[in-house]
Amino acid sequence: MIPSFKKFNSRFNFAFIDENTKREIRRKLLKAICLPGYQVPYSSPEMPIARGWGTGGLHVTLSVIGKDDVFKIIDQGSDASVNACNLRDFVHRVTHCRVTFDTHAATLIQTRHRIPEEQLNDGQILVFQVPQPEPLRAVERYETKTREMHGEADYARMWVSLYEAFVRYGDIMQGAGYPVMVNGRYIMSPSPIPRWDVPNLHQSDCLYLFGAGREKRLYAIPPHTDVVPLEFDDVKFRIEQFPGIRCSLSGTGGAFMDELYNDLGHFRHVINDSDFLDKLVEHKTRPQQWSNKYLQQVLDEMNANPDLES
Amino acid sequence: MTNTSDTWLLKVEGLTKIYGEPNENSVRLTGPLFGSNICPETDCIVACADINLELFPGEVLGVVGESGSGKSTVVRLLYFDLESTAGVAYFSRYGNGTLNILNESGQKKRYMRNHLMGMVYQNPKDGLNFRFSSGGNIAEKLLMAGNFNVGRIRERATELLEQTEVPVRRLDDSPASFSGGMQQRVQISKAIANNPPLLFLDEVTTGLDVSVQAKVLDMIRTLQQELGIAMIVVSHDLSVIRMLTDRTLVMKNGRIVEQGLTDQILQDPQHPYTQLLVSSLL
Repeated sequence: MIPSFKKFNSRFNFAFIDENTKREIRRKLLKAICLPGYQVPYSSPEMPIARGWGTGGLHVTLSVIGKDDVFKIIDQGSDASVNACNLRDFVHRVTHCRVTFDTHAATLIQTRHRIPEEQLNDGQILVFQVPQPEPLRAVERYETKTREMHGEADYARMWVSLYEAFVRYGDIMQGAGYPVMVNGRYIMSPSPIPRWDVPNLHQSDCLYLFGAGREKRLYAIPPHTDVVPLEFDDVKFRIEQFPGIRCSLSGTGGAFMDELYNDLGHFRHVINDSDFLDKLVEHKTRPQQWSNKYLQQVLDEMNANPDLES
Repeated sequence: MTNTSDTWLLKVEGLTKIYGEPNENSVRLTGPLFGSNICPETDCIVACADINLELFPGEVLGVVGESGSGKSTVVRLLYFDLESTAGVAYFSRYGNGTLNILNESGQKKRYMRNHLMGMVYQNPKDGLNFRFSSGGNIAEKLLMAGNFNVGRIRERATELLEQTEVPVRRLDDSPASFSGGMQQRVQISKAIANNPPLLFLDEVTTGLDVSVQAKVLDMIRTLQQELGIAMIVVSHDLSVIRMLTDRTLVMKNGRIVEQGLTDQILQDPQHPYTQLLVSSLL
């Protein structure tokens, strides 16, 4: 007697990608987790969107998603941007998984260029869409060379480029995608997240997975891994500073801010993470944020001057 | 002979580099006797073969020969720019002189290059990265040796540029905007940044005008006397060899044809090729 396979009832497999390809991506992800920060080449199969538009993140998301997962996707902190909405609809259509805006309730979060302001916990997975996985690309054009450099931990030129930036501009100018040293071995590009988010990669409870679809690379930071931004003994890594600036909607600070301009050229600041902002405004509660020394400093300064106007 | 390193700094035995596919006769059928380094049977090129040499701490060894004689190949093999075909080399400052440095991993070789060796190329483009400032070029060496303090790196770079008479104001300029002599001096600063016990100089003054040549040579000699660095100086210019070196190897067609004290070689050359070389000295 022939059993009725559910997959024949649908025009595509669960989570769109066929099982063999998913298995391949999962194998590569396991390898990536075993070698924190190492870029694992993978197949990067065709998707209904063009490579370079979030396919790497989608590959990872669709390979690891299960029927019980609760899915959230953000684009530069926002649940409502066109990119986030379309990919959310797509993932929902091919998996029928629950979707949410709530960072705390989600089990699987795909993100473009931000880490949520609210702390992620044990059991949650954050999937990054990565445009350029190679941190050494700016100093070395050739892929064969950069792979050799990673293999031999030959990072002199990366360091010299930071030195040069300091000499030329008085500070390390790298804004988004600040290079980090993972587990004392590989230099990794954390995808173009702001410096504000970089310390949250260090010793976190959640799993970070990175997918670069166009460049066909996967990499990962397992929970509780050392992730250290590159810095000199006397020139330190710093996060973005928003001195005395408060969000114009919630009246509070201590979160990564957007500058919004109106037609008259005036601007106001709004907290970038839309879910965090919603919770502040609608539920009047401040969600548990990440704890790192850089953010702590910002929060301490804010609490010391509570009366500052936005 | 034992491989304990109480005397020599660098010992090289049977160093060979062959391009192409050699057969068992390739080394036998090339060399100064045949006036060629191209194997007649397989057309492979024997760039250098059976090079044996010892270098002592603080000594300056000259390698002289016509173009194509394999002298640059020898230093490039020893600085790991090229992979050797055969041969062993021991370096007393690495693994107590018991390890064949040519067989070490890329990572170990890089360690030696960054901590224990320096190289000055004929063309500053090979030794310097023109996209970085001259300070950045020197910093590269210091950073690789584990020096992560920008203030101290800049102090050391300033000190080195003063030592090599490059205007310190130009610390943050790219060497691309420097004159040839200045580029060469920045290269020397970079090479000696970590006080290496061993320095390779590959045709350092070729292509510089005579007055600058004299200055660079003078500086190298001063540095050598102050720091006591052992050097291998490759040149086709006998006056450079005469001025800098204590001992000289003469190479032709990839082999050493004569070696001895520099004065002796210049005054009383034995091999016909050396005689030709010395007699054609202007």
